[in-house]
This record gives sequence, C-alpha cells and structure tokens, in this order.
Amino acid sequence: MAQSENEILDGIAELVNEETGLPKESVEMDKSFTDDLDIDSLSMTSIVVHAEEKFGVTIPDEDSKNLRTVRDVVAYIQQAQG
Amino acid sequence: MAGAPSSTNDHEHRDIERDGTRMGILDGKRLLITGVLTDASIAFRVAQVAQQEGATVVLTSFGRQMRITQAIARRLPQPAPVVQLDVSDQEDLDALAERVREHVDGLDGVLHSIGFAPQGAFDFMAASWEDVSAALQISSYSLKSLAVAARPLMAERGSVVGLTFDASFAWPVYDWMGVAKAAFESVARYLARDLGPEGTRVNLVSAGPLRTMAAKSIPGFEAFENSWPERAPLGWDLADTEPAARACVALLSDWFPATTGEIVHVDGGVHAMGS
Repeated sequence: MAQSENEILDGIAELVNEETGLPKESVEMDKSFTDDLDIDSLSMTSIVVHAEEKFGVTIPDEDSKNLRTVRDVVAYIQQAQG
Repeated sequence: MAGAPSSTNDHEHRDIERDGTRMGILDGKRLLITGVLTDASIAFRVAQVAQQEGATVVLTSFGRQMRITQAIARRLPQPAPVVQLDVSDQEDLDALAERVREHVDGLDGVLHSIGFAPQGAFDFMAASWEDVSAALQISSYSLKSLAVAARPLMAERGSVVGLTFDASFAWPVYDWMGVAKAAFESVARYLARDLGPEGTRVNLVSAGPLRTMAAKSIPGFEAFENSWPERAPLGWDLADTEPAARACVALLSDWFPATTGEIVHVDGGVHAMGS
C-alpha cells in the first residue's frame, strides 16, 4: 500500500539516523545525501538495503545511483509502492 | 532444514522424506560463506544456490558492512546467521571456529570472496608499499588466514573455494589488485599442497567481470564492460552472478573429489581466446 510523502520521509530519517547517528530532523527533502549529509557509498548502500526492507520495494543498482537527494528517494519509493 | 541425514541408505525413500523436493548436490553440507554484502554480491548468489542445493549456510561480515550483510542474509531462501570476521584481525580469526560452532557442528566447505585494495593501488606506477601491502594482506594472504581459522571445523573431505580474476595477464586499471590476485592464485596452490593430506581441496573460480560493489570501487571498471561480452564466445552478462556461483557450488560439492589447486574459468571463454 502506498504511504504518504511524510510517512516515507520519517522512515528515511529513521534509517539515516540508525546508520549514521545524524538527528532525524536534519534529514530534509532537499538535502543531498553525499554533499549535505556527508553519507558515503557504504552507508548509502545500507540505507537503500534497509529502505527496500522497510518499504517493501526493490531499488536496483542502476536506479539507486541516480538517487541524489532525500526527495529523490522518497519519490522513488512512493512510485515503486504504486 | 528438512533434509534426510546422510547416513540414510534407502535412496528410494529419501525423496519422499523431503516432501517431494529433489536431492541437491550439497545435501547435508555445512558452509561458511564470506563476502556477502548486497544481493549483487557473487557470494550472495553462492549462498542462495547452495541453500537450494541443500546446504546449511553461515555468513561472515564485519564492521560497517555487518548491518548490510544481516539485512541481506534475511533475503536468502533460509535466513542465515552472520558471524563477525575481519580477516585482517587475528582475534577474529582465533575466535572464528567458536563463533561458527554456535550455528553448525562442523564445516564441509568455505567460500573466500574477499578482496580489498586502497584506491592508490589502482595506479600501478604511483602506488605506495602501504597501498600494495594492504591489498596483499586482505586479498591474497587472507585465503591462508581463513583456511587456517576454519581448519579445526573442517570435515574429512572439505572444500575451500575462492574467487579470482585471471592473473595471467596485465589488465587495464586492475594494477596492484591484479598482482594481489596472482599471489592469491599461488596461495591457493600452496594451500592445496598443505591441506591435501587432510583431504581438503582448494580451488578457485576465475570469473569474468561482474557489476558488484567490489567492481564499483575499481576506478575505470568500464574498460572491461564493452570488450568482455564481445570477446566471449559464449557471451557474457556483467550483471549475472549465477554462472560463477554455480561453479563455486560445484567445487564445494562432492563432484570434484580429485581436483585441487585448480582454477576453473567462468568467463564466457575469454581466457582461451587469442583476441
């Protein structure tokens, strides 16, 4: 079942917090994972893998490499949940 | 697992005991599988095929990779336990047998799917010894470390399998990782010599290039991407880890009982072509 944008954002913020210890409030829609949140490729892989589990979606490698901002991930998941 | 004990001699009844599922070539085998990071990992596919063939699987991981491996382990046909192992940490190596014993009472096979080189090692002429020595420790010496750490658990006819990238040639961009793979292939031959008398076989699968996390960390990996599928008489799918995984499973099984110190090429045939 598709979740709302805010529900997904909360979920992503939780995953980022678990992986990196960053406060959930710092995970805002327009933040870039690498440039703003300083998340490296290993942490990003972890976040994607856990997001797949949490939201019941599949995010293939060729798509995940294009997910630059929090908004990109939220939109991708929302679309994938259909 | 619903497998029949290997002591059963009544072959006619074994299939029935298995609720109609077919016999697998790894029935009753207990495997330690290193190197599962994502579901694109070669080791993930080995674990998956091994379970489908009847094996019980224990995975290893360490450090920041641990959380990813644990999540990925839940995606296997049977969720697998993950034990801590950093092959460069002697304490982890010393504790391995005990950690594995919490899940299985011995091992019939070990998969080595471990490699690392600092970025500097991918510039052959500029690489420092520090870069090179790290590549050699983690990508070559670790095969010996892992085999020794698993030795107390190994059954009489055990199998150690590792993954290489054909080290007979100088490749674009692979540089000191290529040298480390040459050492790795040599380590496998010496291990075959020293573990053979105990009945343990040591063999490698030389896979063609695959788009794994490891490949992503090799700068200029694309250099292989176009030429390989063109050169391979059988063709080559850079995204399909199954051919390499099936070869690993075959080598982990009892179907290569007199083969050790061998390198099986799973590369679409590229190694045999002149150009």
